[in-house]
Amino acid sequence: MSGQGAIFIRGAAGALIVAGLAVPVAFGMWHSLGASFGYFPAIGATRLSFEAWQGLVALPGLWRAAATGLFAGLLSTAISVMLAFAVLAVFHGRLRHGTFSRILTPLLAAPHAAIAIGMVFVIAPSGWIARMLAPLVGWAYPPDIPTVGDPWALALVLALVVKELPFVVLILLGSMTQIPVRQHMATGRSLGYGRAACWLWLVFPQLWPLIRLPVLVVLAFAISVVDMAMIIGPSNPPTLAVMVARLFADPNVDAILPASAGGVLQLVLVGVGFAALLGAQILVRQLGRLVLRCGLRLRWLDKVLSLPAALAVGVVLLAGLGLMSLLIWSVSFVWRWPDLWPASLSMRAWRGAAESWQGAAGTSLLVAVCSTAIALLVAIVWLESGDRTGRGGTSIWLQFAIYLPLLMPQISFLIGLGGMTLQSGLFSPLALVVWGHWLFVFPYVMIALADPWGALDPRLERTAAALGAGPWRRFVRVKLPALLTPICTAAAVGFSVSIAQYLPTLFLGGGRIVTLTTEAVALSSGSDRRVAAVHATLQAVLPLLVFVLMFAIPATLHRNRRALRGGFSK
Amino acid sequence: MKPFLIMAALALGTSPALAEDWQATLDAARGQTVYFNTWGGDERTNAFIADLGKRTEAAYGVSIRQVKLADTADAVARVLAEKTAGRDTEGAVDLIWINGPNFMTMKDKGLLHGPFVADLPNSAALDMTEGSANTVDFTIPVEGMEAPWRLAKFVFTYDSDRITPPPAGMAGWVDWAKDHPGRITHPDPANFMGATFLKQALIELAPEDTDLSIAPTDASFATATAPLWEWYDALRPYLWRDGKSFPENESAQHQMLNDGEVDMSMSFDPASAAAAIGDGLLPETVRVFVPAAGSIGNVSFVAIPYNAAHMAGAKVVANTLLAPETQARMQDIDVLGSFSVLDPSLLDDAGRAAFASLPTAEALPTLDDLGPVLPEPHPDWMPRLTLEWQHRYTR
Repeated sequence: MSGQGAIFIRGAAGALIVAGLAVPVAFGMWHSLGASFGYFPAIGATRLSFEAWQGLVALPGLWRAAATGLFAGLLSTAISVMLAFAVLAVFHGRLRHGTFSRILTPLLAAPHAAIAIGMVFVIAPSGWIARMLAPLVGWAYPPDIPTVGDPWALALVLALVVKELPFVVLILLGSMTQIPVRQHMATGRSLGYGRAACWLWLVFPQLWPLIRLPVLVVLAFAISVVDMAMIIGPSNPPTLAVMVARLFADPNVDAILPASAGGVLQLVLVGVGFAALLGAQILVRQLGRLVLRCGLRLRWLDKVLSLPAALAVGVVLLAGLGLMSLLIWSVSFVWRWPDLWPASLSMRAWRGAAESWQGAAGTSLLVAVCSTAIALLVAIVWLESGDRTGRGGTSIWLQFAIYLPLLMPQISFLIGLGGMTLQSGLFSPLALVVWGHWLFVFPYVMIALADPWGALDPRLERTAAALGAGPWRRFVRVKLPALLTPICTAAAVGFSVSIAQYLPTLFLGGGRIVTLTTEAVALSSGSDRRVAAVHATLQAVLPLLVFVLMFAIPATLHRNRRALRGGFSK
Repeated sequence: MKPFLIMAALALGTSPALAEDWQATLDAARGQTVYFNTWGGDERTNAFIADLGKRTEAAYGVSIRQVKLADTADAVARVLAEKTAGRDTEGAVDLIWINGPNFMTMKDKGLLHGPFVADLPNSAALDMTEGSANTVDFTIPVEGMEAPWRLAKFVFTYDSDRITPPPAGMAGWVDWAKDHPGRITHPDPANFMGATFLKQALIELAPEDTDLSIAPTDASFATATAPLWEWYDALRPYLWRDGKSFPENESAQHQMLNDGEVDMSMSFDPASAAAAIGDGLLPETVRVFVPAAGSIGNVSFVAIPYNAAHMAGAKVVANTLLAPETQARMQDIDVLGSFSVLDPSLLDDAGRAAFASLPTAEALPTLDDLGPVLPEPHPDWMPRLTLEWQHRYTR
């Protein structure tokens, strides 16, 4: 292919990313903003006013809902980051890299809704933990303690930590390769600092800037999460995001206006969250310097360090229990307080709801495979054309474009997009949902793929070129095989991101597209936990299977290519 | 099939012209897929609809795709959005299981197709005399714009092993709750069932001269509900979680009753407790209770949006829902256990036989146990009650 052709393809891929991703997100946001000030021509609202905002503010419990959402997001993110650092400080160098990913992958792959549904059963007043305690404490009935759906949203915080902790740990593991951790530790320890202190003074300040952006993504998500908050969060009032999602579904079509205002408020809330995090960063930096100058060796910190690490292990165990309980519930018939194990087992839930879960699983698979395939294709075209035109894999504007849907609260721009696509009727709901998933799948695929792609030894391609291979031959015969492992990992990540999507399916599918996730969330407030567990189990198992498959493909194809094996590229 | 239908139509006294129209509907419906929008929180109803779809598919070539809603209002919003966007044909919703307030919204905004009920051959076995439950939906005249399909009546369920039965009147609830602190609750009034709980209490507690069948004004609402809030303020501290949070809907509360977190729940389906027991979803000691003065009751309807893409198919489904064999199957406790809307005196022998052979169960009340049916208040009461409750108790 000529250089011009490469430039053309790169331009096309770039245009697709901008037109398919950044522009709609910005436009959806703009539409929400307009609607929040009363401009929504499709429902006959064209007069600019503050009525939508007044309607929003008049909602009972609005400020509490906003405060709870912000609080839950900030607290869960802070805990996740601290626990993640503690985990690495304790286990780094003691556990092998592969061990981490083996333990964390099932949690990373499990969708939020499944985790939340499983957690509810474990920590509820009538749940597993309470049932274990009951004979010891003498509870005849489940205690009337709000361990789930508590007004402070602490149960939601716990569920968010379960989901975020593995992500932050893996992000940290990834960025640690850029820092000579071992040497720093050696230096610090030779100066008499403890293990924890070395991490605190040497490693943490260097790692933080590398993980700040992903942490902001985690924070934005946590403040705005809807499905988890519906399942395990407070109810009277719920968090702001849940309130807004319910408002969007109100039978009164005019409710879309205050809902849009709520979407804008959600964006403001995330902005406040970002400011709080960055403010905390400044504070910690100043305080840290003060303490550091005292020259304390802080060896006692090493003992304290085991506490957060133990907490992290506890969190992982809790999540494991939750996922296990899903499986058991799905095959139980009667399982009542105070039994630790079902009184009777049955496959009735699987058989009875067969049509429901088969249809939902089929749709989930279809949407996930399509959105992931498109995302992979676009990502590979972009990265390869970048190589051929001699430009790097990522540029500032692309970074901006792919982080835009991740940093903005989903609900803020999906309300606008949902409103717009409802009117147009141009696209089938299924196509819209695939695209809606792609908005979130593509960024993660890109993030997962860009670094390993850039890190590929350029000499491989040069050698192939010197041997007379053209650009396509080099691409197909040299680069793709060498990059098979990261491509498969990116595919698994994209797949699991798609399976977990709730709001895009709901808002863009207009209720017509039923996936395992929408079904699991809907059923989680139903009377039959067994059927909800069937859907949640599948929801958790599907991404896990894909992860296993995507680990197996390179392992099998490269079984006699040692350098090309292994979970990660570096 | 066709000769049989014409004969059936003739037997039911319908004119041949109507039978021909119906035949035209059947012809148009063949091959259609009806998007049946229903609240999706009840597995037995979902299974019943799935089975119904198989039957319509086999008999008429009409398949059903159930769109499970968290709230019926979602489907109303969708039709409304389509109308505002000018999408007057090929709408996404073909058939909705609908109740009063949503019916009123759709009827008022011209979102419904009809009248169509009289066109359905099976409507002949419905009691359509003026004022019967089939002709009024939450005080709103039906006028043939929605077809009945099942009878709903508000009942309380309680675990007789853990708690005494609820008091005969709502006024007694304060003492009852005091005796069982933290074991009693009701669904969030933002949900239909939670609001119905408030309405049931309102009917009993409102001052004597209150007329709930007309829309409330600010003043009449304040007067009528004053005793209700007084009662509720006294009751609330003894509720589950000190009356600070509430189950999202009655399904969630059923699950809590099953888990032992509370000792009572409520339902709009008198047979649901017996059905749930059989399904392993409630303890076998759960029983049904109706206040002495009776309880709110209404008929569930299905309606067809004005822009439905598969209108003929929707009519075939609405008609099949009213077939005696479907209704008997629906009333079968092992299937759904919902009481039929058909009038036994209007059924033929085959229809009556279908009902006579239905099984019974211990937690299944008889029609006599259910007591009088109290009419639903005017639909405007419900949103007002919900809003006022939220203003008072959501902080």
